[in-house]
Amino acid sequence: MSEAVRERSQAELVLRRFLRHRAAVTSLVTLLVVTLFAFAGPLLWRYDYADITDDLSQSPSLRHPFGTDLIGHDTFAQVMRGTQQSVKIALAIALIGTVFGALWGAIAGLYRGKLDFLMMRLVDVILTLPSIAVAAAVAAQGVGRSQWWAIAFVLGALTWPYVSRVVRGVVLSLREQEFIESARALGAGNARIILRHLLPNALGTIIVTATLTIATGILGEAALSFLGVGVQAPDTSLGLLVSINKDAVNTRPWLFYFPGLFIILIALTINFIGDGLRDAFDPKQTRVRR
Amino acid sequence: MRRLLAAIPVLIVASFLSYALVALSGDPLEPLKLRNPPAPQRTIDLETERLGLDDNIVVRYGHWLGGVLHGDFGESVQSTYDIGANLTRATTVTLRLVVVAILLALVLAVLTGVVGAVRQYSKSDYALTFTGFVFLAMPLFWVAIVLKDLAVRYNKATGTTVFFTIGETSQGYSGMSPGAKLADVAGHLVLPTLALALITYAAWSRYQRSAVLEVLNSDYVRLARAKGLPWRKVLTRHVLRTALIPLVTVTALDVAGILGGAVITETVFNWNGLGRMLLTGVARADTDAVASWLLLAGLVVIVCNLIADALYAVLDPRIRHE
Repeated sequence: MSEAVRERSQAELVLRRFLRHRAAVTSLVTLLVVTLFAFAGPLLWRYDYADITDDLSQSPSLRHPFGTDLIGHDTFAQVMRGTQQSVKIALAIALIGTVFGALWGAIAGLYRGKLDFLMMRLVDVILTLPSIAVAAAVAAQGVGRSQWWAIAFVLGALTWPYVSRVVRGVVLSLREQEFIESARALGAGNARIILRHLLPNALGTIIVTATLTIATGILGEAALSFLGVGVQAPDTSLGLLVSINKDAVNTRPWLFYFPGLFIILIALTINFIGDGLRDAFDPKQTRVRR
Repeated sequence: MRRLLAAIPVLIVASFLSYALVALSGDPLEPLKLRNPPAPQRTIDLETERLGLDDNIVVRYGHWLGGVLHGDFGESVQSTYDIGANLTRATTVTLRLVVVAILLALVLAVLTGVVGAVRQYSKSDYALTFTGFVFLAMPLFWVAIVLKDLAVRYNKATGTTVFFTIGETSQGYSGMSPGAKLADVAGHLVLPTLALALITYAAWSRYQRSAVLEVLNSDYVRLARAKGLPWRKVLTRHVLRTALIPLVTVTALDVAGILGGAVITETVFNWNGLGRMLLTGVARADTDAVASWLLLAGLVVIVCNLIADALYAVLDPRIRHE
């Protein structure tokens, strides 16, 4: 057999389609650079985020690329640390939200009937409340207040309903297909059908949703920190950096704009990657040329 | 009507969950207990009694909900604070922000969505898509602060007060004539509404664009054009009407998020509305106040979803006939 007619696997096809999406690939590279900057940067940079230097309130220079704040913190080091914390929290939110949401949606969609009704009403309940308000109410006073994992847990607990709605929709159509019937005929139980058949076949949707969840996670953490119930000093996050420097926007703009630009950069690239993944997994819904 | 009945249990469970979460996550008497010099035990006992802190959570919730049904929103940690009166006042303040922002975001979403779809893959489509993506990636408070800063700079540079950046009304508002009051309220609305609408419209615009694209490719639009209907008429009568249906759904779904956004916007612009009420309540671990707040938010969201249902029927004749 010649090379040209070699069969391509699903993953290969997805990858090829993704690589053709220019904005998504550029975003992926940018995001990798930002992540590297946040996690490897602190090992190489001469200042730690907690260091207090003698340079007070300096505008960006070679010594301090992002300037310094009123008491001499190097903003470059702080932005690295902040990005680290924000990315960590956002990934945890996405992980909690996606795993729980996908299982919840798959179970509801597979079982249908009363169980589905009750499970989806709980989803309605959570979606009825403004998540930032609930998160603020819980995070301000709850256990482990302002610890990064507590923030991730609260926001993750408010994220899964979105995921479960999407996954349920996919599972509802999958469950009627022949391969599920044949799995049943072979004696597969519900747990096996969900884990081995439904979730893998909904993987495209799940990955896309998970990607977008990371972006909302970054913004959610930022919003909570802005309201004063997120990450707390002496630790830092991008949201907290913007928030504590909001009054410096006029006088020392570098303190406000650099962390803000990093939030936007991360959320923007993730959204583009999600867009590219959606096109790659589901080529049907793109490129209808008129 | 059936949907209204289904919504009531959802609202009750939501309010119980939020009540329990707030009640269990903090001790409202902590500041009293940690006070130096310490508060007398008798004071602590009296406060515990007044707030019903010794009862279990179900009893407390039942007591509060019973009160709410009679228009009594419970006891605040701050004994002089009237939850009901504050809720009413704050709602009138916040609702104008939310309603105007939603309307502005809808206009922006429909305009950009239609232009993006009609001129698909043109320069303007790419520019609009990219702008939308950027707004989608921006934290609301960041946009609000930038807008506020620009407005302050503009005011300073021109030596005027074109933009109001602080509060929901000016000082001396109560002494103004009705016309001046309206102008004052509108002036204070401009920047917060713009911030909230810019963050909100971006996602809607995406939905609107793909909805219009789908309709544009349908047979009945081809037919309408083939029979010689002017393009403008095809667009308004046939395309837009159908393509608005998904937008109605998304708008209703996003109302909860917009209420959350209003909290943030109000904080940036120092409004004394629902945002401050929530954050004060949260800081005091004020269960009854926060629970009342969340109940109201849930009610608003559910009412908006019911309105959306009614709108489908207006937009889609098939639903009306069922």
